[in-house]
Amino acid sequence: MMKRDECFKVLARHRTNQIVVAVYKAAQEWIHISPSDFNYTFTGAMGQGSSHALGLALGCPDRKVIVLDGDGSLLMNLGSLVTIGHAAPKNLIHCVGENGTYETNGAVPIPGAGRISFTGLAREAGYVKTYEFDNLQDWERSVEHVISEDGPVMVDLKIVPGQEYPEDFRRLYSTQVRDAFRAALQI
Amino acid sequence: MSETGQILEVKKIIGEIKRAGIRFIVALPDRTTSHHLLKTIMKDPDFRVVQVCKEDEGISICSGLYATGHRALLLIQYTGLLDSINSLRGVAVEGKNPVCLMVGLLGKEPGVAPTQSKRYGLRIIEPILDAMGVEHHLIEYSEDTEKLVPAVDEAYRRSEPVVLLIGKEPK
Repeated sequence: MMKRDECFKVLARHRTNQIVVAVYKAAQEWIHISPSDFNYTFTGAMGQGSSHALGLALGCPDRKVIVLDGDGSLLMNLGSLVTIGHAAPKNLIHCVGENGTYETNGAVPIPGAGRISFTGLAREAGYVKTYEFDNLQDWERSVEHVISEDGPVMVDLKIVPGQEYPEDFRRLYSTQVRDAFRAALQI
Repeated sequence: MSETGQILEVKKIIGEIKRAGIRFIVALPDRTTSHHLLKTIMKDPDFRVVQVCKEDEGISICSGLYATGHRALLLIQYTGLLDSINSLRGVAVEGKNPVCLMVGLLGKEPGVAPTQSKRYGLRIIEPILDAMGVEHHLIEYSEDTEKLVPAVDEAYRRSEPVVLLIGKEPK
């Protein structure tokens, strides 16, 4: 298992100009680990990260879109795997931080914890590549290649909570920050 | 009302969608609009159709498209709208995303206002949208399609959602 923030620090070191969609705990940490106008955290409702990411990927086909989803969040929108598999955006990398719990909502276990395979679900839904990582060394060694692959790609990151970061839900859902995101894309 | 005024023409709806600058159609088939409208749109090379498995996905996909500078239309049935209330609340209203929805009112009686329908599910649609502060317009006859472009333009100007209710099957 990887500590989530350490896992994200590896990704941040290899990030160039990608849009990163992050939800809940991942978002709270990512905005500190990899601050950027290309961070998209305005997802508005649980489970919707992957669907926002699909819209961004279709609207911005020349730029990679990485979504940092949660396992509980993805369970709430499993159909999005099929939608994404069917739309087949080459520029979408779908990372799921699998910690087996609804961490933000009291760390209650998710249904099927430890038994369901997110990569299996994604593969059957039409994702072209899938990966699983449970240690930082393998993730560090592979991350550059993984995020350069043609998608849609599913990356299951086996994680546990790491360092605590300050929560700022107002920042995550700020329409001013969303407008700065649009401005950064020169829209 | 003239005889042609009784009809809701597919070509007029599609013409107005294009005139509104919309090229992405995000859709889950609705019995009122799928046979003539959606199938025609799917054959039209001017459109990119994104099929979703559940309607709330569409609200977020349209928002992602907006963030990248594209206009989109979510074409669904009213039951899907009811199923997507939390996304409409959090993503579109509170997130101030100009999500434009075209919603088929399956089973609405011709010429009867949705709030006067015998069907409970139809009667509650407009009051729910009113309670949420979401702008909505009824499109039942071809001349109603003239509402489409100003409604979409206003949604994008105000960065707020709008719902276009389709009152009968377009032909």
